[in-house]
Amino acid sequence: MKLISQPGPKTDFSMLLLFTIVVLTMPIWLAPIGAGYPDLVQKFAIYGLFATGFNILFGLTGYLSFGHAAFLGVGSYTAVWSFKLLGMNPVPAVLLAIVTSAIFALLIGYISLRRTGIYFSILTLAFAQMCYQLAYSVLTPITNGETGLRVLQSDPRILDGVITSQTEDGGPLITNFFGIDMTKTWETNIFGIDVQLNAGFYFCAFFLILGSYIAMRIFRSPFGMMLRGVKTNQNRMNYTGVNTRPYTLAAFVISGAYAGLAGALLCVTDPLAGAERMFWTASGEVVLMVILGGAGTLMGPMLGAGIIKYFENILSAFNKSTLEGMLGFLPENMLDGTISVLSLFVGEGWHLTLGLLFMVVVIFLPGGLVEGAKSILLKLTGGGSKKSASAQAAE
Amino acid sequence: MAILQVRGVSKRFGGLQALNDVNLSVEEGHVHAIIGPNGAGKSTLLNCFVGKLDPDTGTVMFDGKSLLGIKPYEINQIGVSRVFQTPEIFADLTLLENVLIPSFAKRDGGFKVNWWPRVDRERVVRDHAESVLEEIGLYDKRDEVAGSLSRGDKRRLEMAMCLSQDPKLLLLDEPTAGMSRADTNATIDLLKRVGEARGITKIVIEHDMHVVFSLADKISVLAQGTVIAENTPELIKGDPRVQEAYLGGPQE
Repeated sequence: MKLISQPGPKTDFSMLLLFTIVVLTMPIWLAPIGAGYPDLVQKFAIYGLFATGFNILFGLTGYLSFGHAAFLGVGSYTAVWSFKLLGMNPVPAVLLAIVTSAIFALLIGYISLRRTGIYFSILTLAFAQMCYQLAYSVLTPITNGETGLRVLQSDPRILDGVITSQTEDGGPLITNFFGIDMTKTWETNIFGIDVQLNAGFYFCAFFLILGSYIAMRIFRSPFGMMLRGVKTNQNRMNYTGVNTRPYTLAAFVISGAYAGLAGALLCVTDPLAGAERMFWTASGEVVLMVILGGAGTLMGPMLGAGIIKYFENILSAFNKSTLEGMLGFLPENMLDGTISVLSLFVGEGWHLTLGLLFMVVVIFLPGGLVEGAKSILLKLTGGGSKKSASAQAAE
Repeated sequence: MAILQVRGVSKRFGGLQALNDVNLSVEEGHVHAIIGPNGAGKSTLLNCFVGKLDPDTGTVMFDGKSLLGIKPYEINQIGVSRVFQTPEIFADLTLLENVLIPSFAKRDGGFKVNWWPRVDRERVVRDHAESVLEEIGLYDKRDEVAGSLSRGDKRRLEMAMCLSQDPKLLLLDEPTAGMSRADTNATIDLLKRVGEARGITKIVIEHDMHVVFSLADKISVLAQGTVIAENTPELIKGDPRVQEAYLGGPQE
């Protein structure tokens, strides 16, 4: 007797409102755990967007792409070229990145989606590695090879000076949103917490909120339902009058465009694009984010992205003296042992913690953190009997 | 008038002649049963109607259009729905969503990026899907996950999915296989009730003679890839060739 019902429009609206507030206040509430600084909150927003887009493909249709970093890279290169040719305004950069990565996704998806399952994954992985190699060596005139693509003073930047007055002196080139430098940070103090509010972060946060809203519309729409139908039973879809190929291709292109947008946003405060952004480990990372948070849930991928980026940036910075500071309350004889064990899991060893967390989630909360939290909540609120009945019925 | 015309259909798999010059003509509004022993080619024949297999020779005409060389989804879009031997449903979705998908496919065609409207605001399609669930007796379970249904209910859900598309032709591959006597009778009643009200033409493949004789207007007997008899149930019962090929002597 398992009941699942989609939330109504009112629930969705309040969820989105809450989400918007949570995102906009990230620099405030993340400050106490040391994650409120501009560089990191911006990463949360960008990778949250990347994972949200990936989830439209993987979470809805079940097609597991192992090559989405290719679109992230394409988005970055497009953005930097836009800075070089059109000028330092991030708006054309972002728009062009969406278009080019969508075209790339259309080509790669058209070929890869001829296969399903592991063969599809391998095809996307092969394409992404090809893109990486091309960017790294063959296409050096476009990508500037291993040095990475940068904006130079000698670049045309034809719109600079038309829309915005860019610096004429030899200083570093900074992306500029109609007069606001993207690196600009306002420091203030809210409720006794030192807060850094960064223009680049709010630029990214805008796209994160917009991207989440679009993802929500897709999730609740007939189109999204068709995608979930493909995931559950592709054979039935074909005998139900649905041409599944264009549906999966549309999902692939949409998620590719999200990745391209994320790639462009990575260049918003730091206008630099390198081939390593397309490397297969970057493709794997987004898969981890989505599975950790919960594939097929709206908020899960963002949560997963946040946790992984937090670990990568905060846990990796821990060292023995940080641990000593935190565990100072322990008696002397226990302190050394505890620290030598814990130090394996921080600093260089943060991957170990991530790996353990990933295993725990996959084994004990197969739906990811969001689904896990939901079922725990259901048990606590007395829905436990209903849940076990459903498990029996499923068997 | 014949809605489905099968002429000279043959299909060979390696050394096996699965179908050999099959001719079949299904009248509009009829229930046409195809019976025959195991391996007679019944399922192969059905697969030739839905685009899963293309016969080596012969023609399959439905409502004036050829069903050969086009994809399963296109065949569905011109009005042919199929119920499978093992129910093919969307196990992870709710019953309502299971019926909504075919309803949207009927309205929107093979592909449409209909991403803006919310499913719960699509009142016309929703009302239609709910009325079909009501008709088939699964309305109370509409928010349950389809995978948790009993086998009989899964079969009924699959029928609701097909009926929601208002097909001109419904293909049923052993619709009562593995069902209890009570479920079988319920299915017979359902097919009679729903089918007659809508005048849907049906082709039923079935082993259960009780089902065949209570539903069929006409029966074709298939043996070793060939139609050996085609007639009304009364005459088929008494046909000695049928008794020999299929019933294996006098009927039980």
